Amino acid sequence: MEQGVGPAIRRVATQASSRRAPIGLIVIGALLALAMALPLVYLLITVFQSLPAALETIWNWRTAELVARSVGLTIAVTATATLIALPVAWLTGRTDLPGRRIWLVVALLPLVVPSYIGAYAFISAFGPSGLLQDILAGPFGVERLPSIIGFPGAWIVLSLFTYPLVLLPVRTAMSRLDPQLEDAASVMGRSPFRVFTSAVLPQLAPAIAAGAVLVALYTLHDFGAVSIMRFDSFTREIYLNYRASFDRIGAASLSLLLVAIMLVLVWVEGRTRLKARHRTGPGATREPRIWKLGSWRYLAVGFLALLATFALIVPVAVLIYWATRSFAGSIEWSEIVTAAGHSVLLSGSAALIAAACAVPIAILAIRFPSQFARWTDRLSHTGYALPGIVVALALVFFATRAVVGLYQTLLLLVFAFVVLFIPLAIGVVRTSVQQVSPRLEEAARTTGRSQFSALKTITAPLIAGGVISGVALVFLSAIKELPATLILAPIGFETLATEIWSATSVGFFERGAIPSLILLAVSAPSLYLILGRE
Amino acid sequence: MSPDKRQTLKSLGALSLLALAAVSVGCGSEPNDGMVTIYSGREEEYIAPLMERYEKETGVEVEIKYGDTAELAATIVEEGENTPAEVFWAQDAGALGAVDDAGLFEALSSETLSRVPTRFRASDGNWVGTSGRARVVGYDSRELEESDLPESILGFTDPEWKGRIGWAPTNGSFQAFVTALRLVEGEETARRWLEGIVANEPQSFDDNEAIRDAIAAEEIDIGFLNHYYVAKAQAEDPNYPVSSYFPVDGDAGALINVAGAGELVGGDEEAAAFISFLLSDESQRYFGRELKEYALVPGIESEPELVPLSSIEQPDLDLSDLKDLNGTLDLLRETGAL
Repeated sequence: MEQGVGPAIRRVATQASSRRAPIGLIVIGALLALAMALPLVYLLITVFQSLPAALETIWNWRTAELVARSVGLTIAVTATATLIALPVAWLTGRTDLPGRRIWLVVALLPLVVPSYIGAYAFISAFGPSGLLQDILAGPFGVERLPSIIGFPGAWIVLSLFTYPLVLLPVRTAMSRLDPQLEDAASVMGRSPFRVFTSAVLPQLAPAIAAGAVLVALYTLHDFGAVSIMRFDSFTREIYLNYRASFDRIGAASLSLLLVAIMLVLVWVEGRTRLKARHRTGPGATREPRIWKLGSWRYLAVGFLALLATFALIVPVAVLIYWATRSFAGSIEWSEIVTAAGHSVLLSGSAALIAAACAVPIAILAIRFPSQFARWTDRLSHTGYALPGIVVALALVFFATRAVVGLYQTLLLLVFAFVVLFIPLAIGVVRTSVQQVSPRLEEAARTTGRSQFSALKTITAPLIAGGVISGVALVFLSAIKELPATLILAPIGFETLATEIWSATSVGFFERGAIPSLILLAVSAPSLYLILGRE
Repeated sequence: MSPDKRQTLKSLGALSLLALAAVSVGCGSEPNDGMVTIYSGREEEYIAPLMERYEKETGVEVEIKYGDTAELAATIVEEGENTPAEVFWAQDAGALGAVDDAGLFEALSSETLSRVPTRFRASDGNWVGTSGRARVVGYDSRELEESDLPESILGFTDPEWKGRIGWAPTNGSFQAFVTALRLVEGEETARRWLEGIVANEPQSFDDNEAIRDAIAAEEIDIGFLNHYYVAKAQAEDPNYPVSSYFPVDGDAGALINVAGAGELVGGDEEAAAFISFLLSDESQRYFGRELKEYALVPGIESEPELVPLSSIEQPDLDLSDLKDLNGTLDLLRETGAL
C-alpha cells in the first residue's frame, strides 16, 4: 500500500475534510447525539448527587483491578473474534465456496444466542459433570476435564457469540472493495496472500476496526456470560452494586468509567479511519474477483463446520435436549407465538429506525470530519457501552420526569433499543460511506445539485448494502434484549426474551428452551431475507 | 439502492410504525379504579394462581410487572413519586428497606401490620413480610446424617469440610445472611467465618438452585441455601438426595428473611386491600403449603415437614437493617469470597 497507491488516496481524504456540512445535517446530528447521550447525562446527574462517594468508588485498587481484568478479557475476545471473522468473511464473500449464502447465515446466527444461554449450554456440555465429561468418563476414564469456569469460559463463549459483529461489517466492505488495487497488486506479481495483506487488508481496516470496537463494547457490557462463567468483570460489579447493596451511586460511577473506556476505544478506532482510504476509481462497480478454492474447499468447509459446531450446534443441541425434557403439555404455545410476534415487531422497528438514524451520523463522520462530527459519533456509542439496566434506568429517570405519558409504552421501549444498539448500524454504514468516492458527489454538485441532493441521489443508493447490514445487526442483537425490556415494556407485554427469563429464573431451563429455539427459528429466515437483498 | 428495494424498505418502515402505534394504544399505565398495579420480584410461576383468585374474588384487575427484586427497587427509586406502581412485592427485606429509605412507601394500617409478628415487618410500619424463608444447610443425605454436621454454621470452617462446600456469594439471600452474621455475632466473627470458609475452597454458584442441584449431582456435600428450594424438590420426589439442616436456635445461621410488600406513594385503597389479601389466612396457607415457605400469620400452619417457625429462634435482629450491605460487600471482597 505504501508503494504507489497511498499518496493519491490521502489527497482525496484531505479534500473531503475541507467542506462544510449542510445545516440540516448538523441539526439532525446534534439532536441524535443528544438523544443517544441521555444515559451519560443521567450518570452525571446521579454521580453529582454524591461526588465523594463516587470518587471513592472510582479511585481504589479494587476498581483498578476490575478495569484490568475486564480490559484483559476484552482484548482477548476482540482479537479472537476478529481472527475468526476474517476468514469467514473472505470465504463467504470472495470465493467459490459451495453454499456461500447459507454458510453466511449460519455463521451470523450465533449472534442471536443470548450470551447467558450460550454460556449455560457450554457449561452443560463441557463443564464439570457436563455431557462431554460423561462421554469421556466411560471409555477413556477421564476423571475431570480442565475447568472452563472463569476467564477461559468467558473468553471462549464471548468470542464465539460476538465474532458476527466483525463478520458482517467486513463482509459488507469486501463486497464493495476497489478491485483495481487487487489487480494492480496481482499484476506486480504478488502471491495471493501478499495481495490480501498488501491490497485488501488495508482497505478493510476501517471495517475491521468498526467491528472490533463493537465486540469490545459488547464484552464490556455483557452480563450473561460473565455471571454464568463467574468471571469477575466490571459489569458483574455494576449489577452487584444494584442487586446487593442498592448502591446507585456506586453503579453509576463504575458505569461512567465504562463510558470513558468506550471513548478511548472509539478514539482508537477513529485513528484507523484517518489512515484509511477512499475508493480511487471513478466508482463504476465491477464485480469483485472471486477466488477459486479448488481442493482447498474441503478445508474451508471443514473450518466453517467446526465453527458452526461450537457456536451454533452445541447450544442448539443442548436446547433441544432440554426441550425434549420439558412437558409438552405444559407449554403455552399461544403465549409463545404472541411473544414471538412482539419480539419481531419490537426489534424490527428498532432496527429500521436505528439504521435510518445511523446514516446522518455516518455521513457527518466521514464526509464532514470535524470535532462536532467526531463527538456525535462517539456519544452515539454510549448506550452500547453500558449494561442494559443502566440505560433502562436512565430512560426511567427522564421519562417519568419529562414525558410521563410515554412511560412504559412501546414507543419508549423502541427508543431505548435505538439508544442501546445504534452503534451496530453506525459501524457498517460508516464503512460503506467511506467506500463511496466523494468525487462522485462533487461531480453531482457541478451539475448544480445541492449538497443534500447529491448525498441523496448519489451516495444513498451506494450505501444501501451497509444500511441493510445495519438493520440485520441491530435486529439480531435487539431480539434477545432483556434488562431494558423487563423495566420499560408496557405491563403484560411479553417477548421471547422475557419468556425465557421467566422460565429460567425459577430454574425451569427445560421450559426456557422452547422460546430460545423459537428465537433462533424466527431470526434465521429474517436474516436470510435481509441478506438476500444484498 | 434500486427503486423496488427502496420501496420495500419504505413500506416496511411504514408498516412497523403503524403496528407500533396500534400496539401502543391501550398499553398506557393510567392509574384506574378497579385496578391495582404491582411490581413483583416474586416469579409469575409461583404467584399467578393467587392473582387469579384475587381477581375473581374482588373483581379488581391486577396488572403486574415482573422483574428482579433489586432491579425493580432501583426502578422505583428512579421513578420517584411518579411511579405507576401501587404495590411493591419483593423477595427480600433489603429491597423493601431501600425503597423505604427513598421515602416512597405509604404507611400501612395498624390492622394490616398487626397480622404478623413485629420481627417480620418494618420497624417504621411501612412494609410488611408476607412469607418467611429460612436459611438452612442443604446436605447430601446419601453421604451424611444430621449428626455429622456441626451444631452451628460457624463449625463449617473446620478443615474436614475442605472442598465439600457450595455457596453463592453474589446471591442476595446469602449476603443478607452474612449481614445478619455481622450484626448478631460481630464483624470479627463474621470475618473469621468467611476466611475459614474461603480457606476450605468452596465452589461458588450463582443461586440457591444451582447449589441444590450440585449437591444432588454429588459435586459438593453441603451448601448454604434457602429452605424452600430443598422442600420443593422433596415434595416432588420423596427420595430426593438432598435434605435441609436447620442450625441451632439463636445462631445467625437460623436467619429468617421475608418476602414482603409495601404500598407506594399514590397507591389507593385497592392497593392497601391487596396487601391485606396477601396476609389473609388463605393466601398465607398458599405460601406455606404450595410454595413451601413459612406462613407468617400466627396460627396458620406451614408444611408439616418443616421445623415450625415458632421454634426457630430468630437472632436478635431488625430485618430492615439487612439493607446495610455495603459493609457486607466490603467484607466479602476483603476475605476473597467475591
